Amino acid sequence: MKRHVELKNHLREIFHFRLRLAVSIGFTMVLMAILLLRFAYLQLLRHDYYQTLAENNRISIVPIVPSRGLILDRNGVEMAHNYSGYTLEISPSKVANVDATIDELATLVPIGARDRKRFKKLSSESHNLESVVIRNRLTDEEVARFAAQQYRFPGVEIKARLLRDYPYADKASHLIGYIGRINETDVDQLEENDLAANYRGSDYIGKTGLEQSYETELHGITGIEQVEVDSSGRAVRLLSRTAPISGNTLVLSIDAKLQEIAEQAFGNYRGALVAIDPTNGEVLAFVSKPGYDPSLFIDGIDEQSWEELNNSPDHPLNNRALRGQYPSGSTIKPFMALAGLFYKTRSPSRTISDPGYFTLPGSSHQYRDWKAGGHGSVDLYKSIVVSCDTYYYGLATELGIDNIYTFLSRFGFGKKTGIDLGKRLDNGEFESESSGLLPSQEWKMRRYKQKWYAGDTVSVGIGQGYSLVTPIQLAYAVATLANDGVGYRPHLVREIRSARANENRAITVPPDANMKLDPDDVALVKRAMVAVTQPGGTAVAASAGASYQIAGKTGTAQVVGMKQGEKYDASKIDERHRDHAWFIAFAPADKPKIALVVLAENGGHGGGTAAPIARKVMDYYLLGKIPTPLADVPEDKDAPHD
Amino acid sequence: MTKRQLWQRLITHVDPMLMLGLCMIMSTSLLMLYSASDGNWMRVGGQGANILVALVLMWVVANLPLHYLMRTALPIYLFGMLLLIGVALFGEISHGARRWLNLGVATIQPSELMKVGVPLMMAWYFEKHEATLTWKNYLIAALILLVPVGLIARQPDLGTALLITASGFYVLFLAGLSWRIIGGMVVASLASAPIMWNMLHEYQKHRIMMLLDPTQDALGKGYHTIQGMIAVGSGGLIGKGYMAGTQTHLDFLPERTTDFIFAVYSEEFGFLGNLILLAMYGFVITRGFMITGSASTYFTRLMAGSITLTFATYAFVNMGMVSGILPVVGVPLPLLSYGGTSMLTLLLGFGMLMSIETHQKLNKT
Repeated sequence: MKRHVELKNHLREIFHFRLRLAVSIGFTMVLMAILLLRFAYLQLLRHDYYQTLAENNRISIVPIVPSRGLILDRNGVEMAHNYSGYTLEISPSKVANVDATIDELATLVPIGARDRKRFKKLSSESHNLESVVIRNRLTDEEVARFAAQQYRFPGVEIKARLLRDYPYADKASHLIGYIGRINETDVDQLEENDLAANYRGSDYIGKTGLEQSYETELHGITGIEQVEVDSSGRAVRLLSRTAPISGNTLVLSIDAKLQEIAEQAFGNYRGALVAIDPTNGEVLAFVSKPGYDPSLFIDGIDEQSWEELNNSPDHPLNNRALRGQYPSGSTIKPFMALAGLFYKTRSPSRTISDPGYFTLPGSSHQYRDWKAGGHGSVDLYKSIVVSCDTYYYGLATELGIDNIYTFLSRFGFGKKTGIDLGKRLDNGEFESESSGLLPSQEWKMRRYKQKWYAGDTVSVGIGQGYSLVTPIQLAYAVATLANDGVGYRPHLVREIRSARANENRAITVPPDANMKLDPDDVALVKRAMVAVTQPGGTAVAASAGASYQIAGKTGTAQVVGMKQGEKYDASKIDERHRDHAWFIAFAPADKPKIALVVLAENGGHGGGTAAPIARKVMDYYLLGKIPTPLADVPEDKDAPHD
Repeated sequence: MTKRQLWQRLITHVDPMLMLGLCMIMSTSLLMLYSASDGNWMRVGGQGANILVALVLMWVVANLPLHYLMRTALPIYLFGMLLLIGVALFGEISHGARRWLNLGVATIQPSELMKVGVPLMMAWYFEKHEATLTWKNYLIAALILLVPVGLIARQPDLGTALLITASGFYVLFLAGLSWRIIGGMVVASLASAPIMWNMLHEYQKHRIMMLLDPTQDALGKGYHTIQGMIAVGSGGLIGKGYMAGTQTHLDFLPERTTDFIFAVYSEEFGFLGNLILLAMYGFVITRGFMITGSASTYFTRLMAGSITLTFATYAFVNMGMVSGILPVVGVPLPLLSYGGTSMLTLLLGFGMLMSIETHQKLNKT
């Protein structure tokens, strides 16, 4: 009986399965029928239409590259623009003997060794069907000369291209950056972000600076031209055209004239300058000296120029303002003073007696003040004015590294400011900036596997030891101090203008830090910083004859360490080993409109070299005064060293 | 062993009808690759090598007795799951998706393995519980399907996830999933469509939107659809002739040796050619259903049916994609497109079909 049931079940199961199988077969037939209908529709019913598209009139889709957005300064002065120029290009695949052709061409238009080298490099990178630039920026006369002889050069042609030009050249190279040929890495990146379609036909992409960080704004949207081509692929008729949309124009907060003046004020010094409007974080000038000519990179730099730039002891390719990390020196003192007031470690009235050195309890090691013999009796105000080291050795020791770390990191030390320069990451941040170094116990354990010693804290008080800052970081901190503790992320672009109507976007940044400082503390430190630029201070040269009040602080960053008991003598030291000079300032002191940082590498002391540079920049920004090139402030021989 | 015996040994487990169908389509593949690659023998030779390797695999699988086949189900599935989890944790990102696993020796795409692994595991599971099937077993089988599919969809590789879902669903369907539940699933999937839409990645939405209006993205993905449709449509009734497709030979067709090879075929052989190709696929599919119908065990019925239906689905999806009724999902045309991995997976399936057919014949005699 049981067996019978099983058998019956089995038969029923088979029946059910057969039913399902029949449905499956039906389903497959439906799929086939759908395809058949589709084929019939495309190939029989609409055949004529597609025939027209494909056979008689072959349609080629040609991308139209949009013109790249301009970069303007805050007053509308062009800092990067396009011009249509002529290039002489060779299609290597259509030329039998490329070298002979180039030799022949050289008799018509000048072709230098660098042009040849660049051509070699480009043609090895390009796809075989593309034409490669042998000379760019042809003059009208050269164009005419070649045009008359063109019949002799099959495979060589003159092309009109929109070329990028940087009128400020090396004066704003670290700010504007440059565009360059799209390489394989760029292609991968574009495909990853699904942007490859919009870059069809584009040859260039932003490589550094603003050209890189605002690539998506500047590039524009590629247009499409549908053209009819004959059987050999030549265009015979335009069918439809979707116009490209030009890239957006960047309006910078930079003042180009100010940038130029700042750049020139450095003279032969290397260094960096960042000027910020403390009320909103707009960057007014952004200088890294020396710069380089960005146009060298557009079509691929030739080897010789690259070697020169890369091996130069001046490191012109290094963006000092963004990536240079230096000891802050005494410019940290106003911030240390604020920390002392904030944690009530020091009251304004408390004085210390400075014998010219500081020792930790139970140690004989002397931390020396820059002034042998010391400054006598020093309170907080005086400690800033005369830049008393001993005061800050003691203050740092009393505060302890934990408090110093907490307080200074709120001023942005030890972390990136987030300025809109360099490669933009997926999370909207920029990757090129250095973060400096604000040491902490945890950091030292991680880095050196060692605990923090009391001696480590002492030199942090005067911005030496482990701590490192970048000029942009220090500029942010100064601007935040000038604005009474309310900081704004430094940014270079204040408006993005669209080619389409009504799509302009103003860029404002909300405050990213409010330190909630006691107004009395801030006022005291600011007053002391004003006194720094007055007789008796360390930077008298900065405000001599100025019609507005300047608050400032000098600093020096040691390049080579001094042994105990050794004396620093600038004249005896190789120029490259001299100290770096810092000057931080804001003005007018009561209602700051500009805050800035000047770093002059190997400039000795801040009051002598860095302060006069800052003065010229402030004079122009606040008064519109253009410095006469030779009217340098005479160096004060007796000026204090710090 | 004489020559004759050797030959016998060689063909005992090869199903002649199925082999005939496969050979017709694979010869067409070589023919089309020669044209699509502008007469590049390298491409043809490469595909020839793919076919040979895959045929060897098919022969080996065809010779495996059925209980062997069943015994591989669990290990293959578990291994596949392990790899999928590995991909989720350590996979290499390419084009914004995490699909590949670098094993040091080679990079592999585990989702490919699961195309066979998932239906195999499900069929094995149903066979094991054949006597006492309740709704719980269907639920567990559904989980066996959905866990790997979820991992693959997250990579994200929506195309493969959907195709594996289809092959798993075929197993459920053939195993006798009640019509009421199937109806419910259809309703539920329609209702959840808006939610699913929101979960899609931007590029996936883009591909679906583009289907509605390919000209929207004429430089990017829409270009593929437009050019594919032009190629198919301009083929007309009898086609432009072998090696004479203008779309193909003037460089308009993208990916013409892989996903878009059907456009090349269609342009050169026209509507009549398409009829012949559909007939060839129909021949293979019919043979597959015949094997399914005569399969003697639960496991073999489910497996044979799923393999056949999946094959039909792949062919439909690819031809639908090229002719512009389905989104461009990157599914090759089975047996015709250039590619070693898909050839291996397909012939592995056909090897199983042959094993199912030939071993039970032996059992009967």
